[in-house]
Amino acid sequence: MSIASKAAGVEFRNVTRRYNTVAAVDDVSFTIEAGTLVTLLGPSGCGKTTTLRMIAGLEMATSGTILIGGKDVTRLPATDRNVTMVFQSYALFPHMTVADNVAYGLVVSGVRKRDAAAKAAEGLELVGLGGYGQRLPSELSGGQQQRVAVARALVLEPEVLLFDEPLSNLDAKLRRKMRDDIRELQQKLGLTSVYVTHDQEEALAVSDRIIVMNKSVIAQSGTPDELYRRPKNRFVADFIGGANLIDGELVGRSGGTATVALGRLTLSVPDPGLPAGEVLLAIRPNAIRLRPAPVGSAADNAASEGIPVTVRKATYLGSHMEYGLASEFGDLFVVDPNVSNPVPAGASALATFTGDGIAAVGR
Amino acid sequence: MRPRSAIWLALGWVGFALLPWFAGGGTQPALEPPAPGPAGSALIDGLTNGRWWLLPIALPLLLALAVTALPRLRPRQPAALLAAGAFGLAWVAVQGFAIGLDGWAWGWLGSLFGPLPRGQGGYGIGAVLTVLSFLFLMTSGFAGLGFMKGDRFTAGAIGLVLAAIAAFVFLPVGYVLSGAGDTGDGGFSLVALAGRIAAPDIWRLSCLTEAKACGVVWNSVFLAVLTGIATTLLGLAFALVAVRTGFRAKKLLRLLTVLPIITPPFVISLAVILLFGRNGTVTLALSDWFGIPVSRWIYGLPGVLLTQTLAFTPISFLVMIGVVQGIGPSLEEAAQTLRASRWVTFRTVTWPLMRPGVANAFLISFIESLADFGNPLILGGNLEVLSTKIYFAVVGAQNDPGRAAALGIILLCLCLGAFWVQRQWLGKKSYATVGGKGDNGIPSELPRGIRIAAYATALPWAAFTFILYGLILFGGFTENWGRNNSLTLRHYLAAFDLSWGPGGLIWSGRAWGSLFTTIEVAALSAPLTAAVGLLTAYLLVRQQFKGRGAFEFLTMLSFAIPGTVIGISYILAFNQPPIELTGTVTILIICFVFRNMPVSIRAGVAAMSQIDRSLDECSLTLGAGSVQTIRRVILPLLRPAIVASLVYSFVRAITSISAVIFLVSPKYELATAYIVGRVEQGDFGLAIAYSSALIVLMSIVIALIQFAVGERRIGRRTATSATLQEKPV
Repeated sequence: MSIASKAAGVEFRNVTRRYNTVAAVDDVSFTIEAGTLVTLLGPSGCGKTTTLRMIAGLEMATSGTILIGGKDVTRLPATDRNVTMVFQSYALFPHMTVADNVAYGLVVSGVRKRDAAAKAAEGLELVGLGGYGQRLPSELSGGQQQRVAVARALVLEPEVLLFDEPLSNLDAKLRRKMRDDIRELQQKLGLTSVYVTHDQEEALAVSDRIIVMNKSVIAQSGTPDELYRRPKNRFVADFIGGANLIDGELVGRSGGTATVALGRLTLSVPDPGLPAGEVLLAIRPNAIRLRPAPVGSAADNAASEGIPVTVRKATYLGSHMEYGLASEFGDLFVVDPNVSNPVPAGASALATFTGDGIAAVGR
Repeated sequence: MRPRSAIWLALGWVGFALLPWFAGGGTQPALEPPAPGPAGSALIDGLTNGRWWLLPIALPLLLALAVTALPRLRPRQPAALLAAGAFGLAWVAVQGFAIGLDGWAWGWLGSLFGPLPRGQGGYGIGAVLTVLSFLFLMTSGFAGLGFMKGDRFTAGAIGLVLAAIAAFVFLPVGYVLSGAGDTGDGGFSLVALAGRIAAPDIWRLSCLTEAKACGVVWNSVFLAVLTGIATTLLGLAFALVAVRTGFRAKKLLRLLTVLPIITPPFVISLAVILLFGRNGTVTLALSDWFGIPVSRWIYGLPGVLLTQTLAFTPISFLVMIGVVQGIGPSLEEAAQTLRASRWVTFRTVTWPLMRPGVANAFLISFIESLADFGNPLILGGNLEVLSTKIYFAVVGAQNDPGRAAALGIILLCLCLGAFWVQRQWLGKKSYATVGGKGDNGIPSELPRGIRIAAYATALPWAAFTFILYGLILFGGFTENWGRNNSLTLRHYLAAFDLSWGPGGLIWSGRAWGSLFTTIEVAALSAPLTAAVGLLTAYLLVRQQFKGRGAFEFLTMLSFAIPGTVIGISYILAFNQPPIELTGTVTILIICFVFRNMPVSIRAGVAAMSQIDRSLDECSLTLGAGSVQTIRRVILPLLRPAIVASLVYSFVRAITSISAVIFLVSPKYELATAYIVGRVEQGDFGLAIAYSSALIVLMSIVIALIQFAVGERRIGRRTATSATLQEKPV
């Protein structure tokens, strides 16, 4: 006996969930391929947790259809779905030992006691907690409790494994390790996983695909790379990776790139597919470099290479510098790896743009 | 899931076709009592005995059978079950109420359809089973249509609780309303209702202008306000002493809070009589030493006020201690770092935070005082209050149920009004400032003046209370308190004598009968109360459904209905078919279950809100159904709440008097009713002996149940509080 995967895909077709008149999830459709890890990412209150709970069967869709493994499960309660979930609070039953917790799902579905215990031990082994079975959850550390919750969800060999902000109760160091472990386990067992988080870095790190949600609808979905490099709208550009948002004008396009004018400067960005005219430029903080302000005739020349700025704030962070800049296009936030020759606060400087890390989105 | 509704359908058929439809018993000898066994079932009786109105009950059962058995009709099943259940319930209820012992119960039906060949008795086992079957068919239909997240168990549980509350709280209260408007010939008129409710002897204010007694309402309200003020101040003083001072004997103060639970309410009155009655110790001493003449001053407002204050101060203490503990010390520390002195801190931070709790304590004491029956009965003298007046309107020479019902309505409105105000107040103005997080800080000391005042109020009062209890325990051993203080076991022997006869042990004491009945009734009602209460708590805390707020209000309502009103309403409602229960032990049990259920609900709600909801959700996603989740996850974590409700409902069943004094019968006499009877006969010795025996018994029971159910085992406390802190996003 071993823990296998029965991974199945998930599909939402025009799913809406209303509380009285307020829609928590509004006409959402997406498909999750079997064996992939997909993250639902968004600020709190965007509907991501409601979406997750609808997959679990803990919330019922007001309208629309939910399919798991091609079967319509819209009206099926949680008990009857082959979906398990790792809760934010871990939800370990405090009155049962770790082994009983892990075996719980097997026991209630009628597996013989001895088989259930054997499989539970195997599940604990899998998450690196062999030998902890007889402890109470309260006798484990936060990270260990998290692993128990994962083991408990795994031993049922679910079609879909759900994670509801699983790392939010761990400290920063442990969080990084746990997210790598979860990803590794998911890939090793080929699980279909849906993962909810509001931490964009976590989402980028673990996901095959990310569904960014905002205000009850999907803002954009795609691979981490697509979302970071070609955000479709202001919200995604800002939410993933952070960006300086300044006004520009799209003046031309050729072969997949577009030309955007920023004052006297022209920049090329991936073609956003927008009509020519006013656009918003999303400039990543690390796409800007600082250079001491040129003087005299060089200053004229420089105007076609960058924009003149005043450094309001310079912060030394060891591996890089962080600058707050004032410019004619508004305030800019810059992360510059050049720590050996920092520009001091109060100085004038020239901000230039690297080729990558700039995207145009609609205003 | 389907098999379960099939089982209920089968039971419905059993109830309809196999079990006796009517309750046996002496109510209908003239009506050709139905034969026992299947011959007395609704089916047979309807076919052979001319009770044709029983036969339509088969229709919904047939419909349900059809949709369950025929696969072709499966898609229609939920709607059909819903319709069948609803129609079945409605028909059983309507025919039950419309046709009484002597035929049509509603006259206009008789003139419409002509006379019936015969009447019918109350519902029996068959009818009960059929009704339950219809109820669950209906709820399972609801669930099938997607209500309650499609959870049949939840739907069924809500249906059951609602139906039970409707039958045993609202139906009786409805009878009180209609009883107050009784015209004397079975009709109902608003004029009669208004006339009874507005009766001058209830409302007159003559005591303000001339030397005559005021209306009974003003007496009750005046007494309740005084009691409320006194108990609130005392409770506050106790709470401050217990929480905010370095007082050593805090445990002893805590003991105070247990006393009212284990003491029958009128026992305090007995003790007060031992002290201040005509033969009371204090009275005699005063007359011997100072020549103060012996008088009956204690019988009347002073006595009742004194005993009620003694009896309800612990309740107010319990409320206030929660309030005082709920004030986060860090707030006061913050105020002090902002340069407020102790006194200013108390005045500007502590007191405003306590104020809602103080109002709450006042309202609770106010309601308790209004509803109190035993103390005014024993010590009232010429002071008439609503609860005793209701009693005498039923059992006294006047025997006027209409008047009792009218008084009941007034008392009910007063109590519900106070209850409503309390809920409003609590809803808007409660500041719980202690969060789940470790809220560090040391409660600040009280300002000197307040500390002295609190000590000076609380300690003498506590001493007084303990003296009274000492007197009760001691008084049973004296020959005749005050007149002949020689020690004797006479009263205990009279009550609890045992002797050996030819057939073995003979329980020859006079109290054994009522004691055994009491224990039996309490033991039967306690688990039922706990079960219904916790089930309701589960629905309230864990299930989201439309009308949850209203549902909660309904369940708590029976708490605000005074015992005397419950008593009179049960007599009015359950003295005749279709639900005929008076004189049985069932009515006592039902009365206790619905009287004590709200406390059980509160204990359950409090405990369940402590258990993170994700635990049940997790259990559900792991494949356990609602029932399994309750059994394996919730119940084990609820042990403290289960203990609390078991203990409370058992003890309350033993100590309560106001409702059951209407419901006891010679066959089923209860201890409290028996004691009150002894007091009315002037047999104090036996009453006191019996009371102290009850107090001792109750203490033992509480200790035993506590021991048997045990502590919940979760391990280190820190980690539990960590799991409990999580909130769903």
